[in-house]
Amino acid sequence: MGWITTFSTWILPLFILLILLIATKKKLPTYELFVEGGKDGINMAFSILPFLLGMFVAITILRSSGALDAFIGLIKPALMFVGIPPEIVPLGIIRPISGTAALSLTAELTQNYGPDSFIGRLAATMQGSTDTTLYVLTVYFGAVGITRMRYALKVGLLTDLVGIIASIVLTKLIFGY
Amino acid sequence: MVNYIWAVMALIGIIYAMFNGTMDEVNEALFTSAQEAVQLSFSLISVLVFWLGMMKIAEEAGILKALNKLFRPIVERLFPELPKDHPAIGYILANLTANMFGLGSAATPIGLKAMEEMKKLNQSNVASRSMITFLALNTSGLTLIPTTVIAIRMQYGSANPTEIVGTTLLASACTTVAAILFDRLFYHLDKTKLHK
Repeated sequence: MGWITTFSTWILPLFILLILLIATKKKLPTYELFVEGGKDGINMAFSILPFLLGMFVAITILRSSGALDAFIGLIKPALMFVGIPPEIVPLGIIRPISGTAALSLTAELTQNYGPDSFIGRLAATMQGSTDTTLYVLTVYFGAVGITRMRYALKVGLLTDLVGIIASIVLTKLIFGY
Repeated sequence: MVNYIWAVMALIGIIYAMFNGTMDEVNEALFTSAQEAVQLSFSLISVLVFWLGMMKIAEEAGILKALNKLFRPIVERLFPELPKDHPAIGYILANLTANMFGLGSAATPIGLKAMEEMKKLNQSNVASRSMITFLALNTSGLTLIPTTVIAIRMQYGSANPTEIVGTTLLASACTTVAAILFDRLFYHLDKTKLHK
C-alpha cells in the first residue's frame, strides 16, 4: 500500500530531475527553453476556454433540470433486465459526460455501500478504467481549434460502453459474485 | 454530431425544466457552470505553462526522440499517417505514459502539445485520422495505478484499497483494445462514405 503513495509522490520530481540532468549535461539553455515552451501554455488555456464553457453549461442545464435523472430512471428496468445492477447505472451514464460528477458519485457509492462491497468495487473499477470522453474531446480539440470532430465522439462513447460492460463482468468474475 | 449533442443537451434540459418545475435550478446553474469553466481554464494555465516548459527541455534534450525510437514499431502501426520521427509522436507517447501512471496533471499539457504538433500537419478545423486515434487511446484511459480511486477507497476505510488495481487494469485493457478497433472501423466507414 505504502509504496504506491510513495511512488506517486516521487515519480514527477524524479522525472523533472532526469530531464534537467540530461539537458544540463548536453549544455542546453534549460531556463530559456522552459520559458519558451511555457509560453504556449497561456494561449492554449485561453483557446480551450470557450469550448469548455459551452460544454459545461449544456451539461449542467441537463443535470440541474432533473432530465438526466429522469432518463436514468426510465432506462433502469431495461438495464436491470440484462444484468446491470441498478445502483451503478447513474455512474455509467455520467462517467463519459462529467468527470467531477462521476468522481463524486463514485465517492458516494463507496460511502453508502462500503468500499469492499460489490457496488463499491464495481464503482472503483468503472471510475478508474476510463476517462471522461466528452471532457477530453472538448479540451483537446478545443486547444487547437478543431470544430469538426468527425467520428471521434462515436469511437469514444462506444469504447465507454465496452468499459462499463467489462467492469461489470470483470468485477463479478474476479471477486466471485 | 457534436453540434446536435450540444444543442440537444441544453434543449432537453430547458424543456424538461418547464414541466418539472426546476427552472430556478437551471437558471442558477447557467451562471455557476460558466464560472466553473472559467476557473478550470485558468487553473489549467499553471500546469500547461509548467509542463510545456519542461517538455520543451525534454524535446531538445532528445528524451522524446528516445521514447519514439523505443516504441517505433507500435506507433507506425497505430499512426500510419504521421511522418517518421515527427515530434508529435514523442508527445503522444509521453502523454500515454503519463496517463498510465495516473499523472493527469502532466498528461493533459503533453497531450495538448501532441495535438498542436498534429495540427501543424494539416492546417484545418477538421480532425485528422491521427488525432482521432490519439484521442481514442487517450479516453480509453489505460491506467496502471488509479490513484484517485485508491484515495477514495482509503478515505472510506477499505480493508484493501488497492485490490481494485487488477480489475481496473483488465477493464482498461479491454477499453483500449475496443478503442483501437472502433477507431479502425469508423475510419474505414468514414472513408468509404467520402468516396461515394
